[in-house]
Amino acid sequence: MTRVRRALAAVAALTTAAGFLAACSASASGKTELTWYINPDSGGQAKVAANCSTDSYTISTQVLPQDANEQRIQLARRLAAHDSGIDIMSIDPPFSAEFSNAGFLAPLPQDLQTKLKDQSFQGATDAATWDGQMVVAPFWSNTQVLWYRKSFVEKAGIDMSQPVTWDQIIDVAAKNGGKVAVQANKYEGYVVWINALISGAGGEIATDTDKGLDMKLEIDSPAGEQAAGVIEKLAHSPAAPADLSVAQEGQAGSTFGGPQGAFMVNWTYIYNSYEATNKGFNKDIGYTRYPQTVQGEASRPPYGGIGLGVSAYSDHVDDAMKAIECLTSPDNQEVNAEITGNMPASKAGYEANDNALEKTYPADLLALFQESLDAAAPRTVTPYWSDISGGLQSTWHPPSSVNSSTPAKSQTFIDNVLHGRSLL
Amino acid sequence: MSTTIATAAAPAGKKRAKMTDRSRAENRLGQRLVLPAVIVMLVVTAWPMIQALYLSLFRYRLTTPDDKEFVGLSNYGTVLTDSLFWQDTLNTVIIMVVTVAVELVIGFAFAMVMHRIVFARGAIRTSILIPYGIITVVSAYAWQFAFSLNNGWVNSWFEWLPWITADTNWFGSHWPAMFAIMVSEIWKTTPFMALLLLAGLSQVSEDMIEAAKVDGATWWQRLWKVIIPNMRAAIMVAVLFRALDAFRIFDNIYVMTRGAQDTESSSFLTYRQVIQQFQLGLGSALSVLLFLTVLLLAWLIVKTFRVDLAQARGEA
Repeated sequence: MTRVRRALAAVAALTTAAGFLAACSASASGKTELTWYINPDSGGQAKVAANCSTDSYTISTQVLPQDANEQRIQLARRLAAHDSGIDIMSIDPPFSAEFSNAGFLAPLPQDLQTKLKDQSFQGATDAATWDGQMVVAPFWSNTQVLWYRKSFVEKAGIDMSQPVTWDQIIDVAAKNGGKVAVQANKYEGYVVWINALISGAGGEIATDTDKGLDMKLEIDSPAGEQAAGVIEKLAHSPAAPADLSVAQEGQAGSTFGGPQGAFMVNWTYIYNSYEATNKGFNKDIGYTRYPQTVQGEASRPPYGGIGLGVSAYSDHVDDAMKAIECLTSPDNQEVNAEITGNMPASKAGYEANDNALEKTYPADLLALFQESLDAAAPRTVTPYWSDISGGLQSTWHPPSSVNSSTPAKSQTFIDNVLHGRSLL
Repeated sequence: MSTTIATAAAPAGKKRAKMTDRSRAENRLGQRLVLPAVIVMLVVTAWPMIQALYLSLFRYRLTTPDDKEFVGLSNYGTVLTDSLFWQDTLNTVIIMVVTVAVELVIGFAFAMVMHRIVFARGAIRTSILIPYGIITVVSAYAWQFAFSLNNGWVNSWFEWLPWITADTNWFGSHWPAMFAIMVSEIWKTTPFMALLLLAGLSQVSEDMIEAAKVDGATWWQRLWKVIIPNMRAAIMVAVLFRALDAFRIFDNIYVMTRGAQDTESSSFLTYRQVIQQFQLGLGSALSVLLFLTVLLLAWLIVKTFRVDLAQARGEA
């Protein structure tokens, strides 16, 4: 008798469990649920997900790890296992080519691609394009500008209305007891800086990327040497913050907000991060275009942001395509920007909802962001970006070790890594 | 267990003949009872090992699965001729030797305290063991904050030392970063060492110590001639466990430096190849080498201490 009862209990338990599991994949009303894996933010993506949910599907969000590389690892491992639980993904630009090349991304319909190309900034389109196709939908675009303390430049007597070079700001800061805050920890952010410096000198990290592993590395070039020169100069200057070799965006932000703060290169969202803890500090913040690597040659600010991709293994590819079209509409880009400080990927996004962004940001700062995005140099678009980035981090870190031989050394190393002759 | 020992103790040769029906049935039952465990062990340990061995013969990247190619032993060649591999192995050995040596000394002192303490025994034993109860990632973060340039206490407490200033960046160069990692590792695992040594200490017979005392041996002589020799098996077990554990160090490095300033260990290198670079082939070759190194280490330690493992288990 007990045995029968036990068996019945087991069957009951299994049925209940199966019911719960089924409930996970489709909501009770039979509406499709699209799962969007987002990078952590202050609620912008959740808000636009709600905006874009329709009668036929709801979009729910799942948060990925904080670190961009960890986001890549989690997504790629699950996609490699053909996980159908991911429908839409927020992808950092340097990884879109890798995902697309691996077949993880469902191709965007041509009409959606045309629409996105028309609305997005050039830098955003470049970063989202692999093999002639737009593989992700640019959602928000980030760039860096040169932030400075008005009180400091006044004291130092440097004219910030003209374009400035790295040499200038390092010298001025060193002479007047200020610090130049940058991102130089051993992480992707350091490569963002290296890429901006090389691009600013008219170079590129790699060309002929359509040849895959046999692309042409161009780090060992005059542009590479000029970039190394800037890093070497800062690292050995009194203008270098003590935590230079471990500084990420946050550390750079605190150096800039501290007593020796003078200059900083950092992303758009940093502007809104001081008011909460240091009321009135924003009055002292000045901003201008990213510094030039070479005097007289226009700077190429970094490009960052998020593109939305649809998983090739999703069970709802068509709905997901409709969803990303809505999510990346200029109005929703603006809503997201207002909440998170992550700026729109399109000019229309800046102007959407009756220029709502102007309530939070000065108009000249918004204009500077857009000018910078148009001039931005995305990191090389290649499926092997993580190897290149890792190779640069290994050979250019710590910044105090960089000298004129670094570009040649790093190029040889990255070439060996790409061809499986060296461990990264 | 008792059956096995009894059988083993029976004179060789006559063993089979003397086995009764009953003991044979018991044996068979015993084998059947352990069978599920053996199968589970094979599935969860042997199968991944074989899989790793197999994968290590390929050039195989998770994001370019179509380019999977059989390359024989060339992954091993790449790894063994790479300076990064040797640098990381050296780091790992340094961390292992230094931390285990320091832990052995401090752990022994702690074990003596826990063994001899007469007042507040429970409270003192517990407080010594607290660090071991803390999750490694948490303790690594705690130490990272302690050594941090912006908000740590190490710089301000030790500013009186000539080589430490308020601006000392512990994670800015190799040796200070290694030092910070080792401090965290030692703080976290010394209690474990102390616990294993305490077990050994309590096995040393009081009569022998008493006899030595009567013979006029000093405290130092009693320690070196009576206590430590009698604890050899316990010390070996402690050193073996901790050395193998330390050789696989990962969490502290991951949290504190992410391998920057050449502070990578062998397991961190393996992690980066497999998990970050998706290089399943190269990464598997590294895992196999790591496994072989751990095996070699275990053998070396057992040989050095000249202890029969069976004796250590109290079977002889």
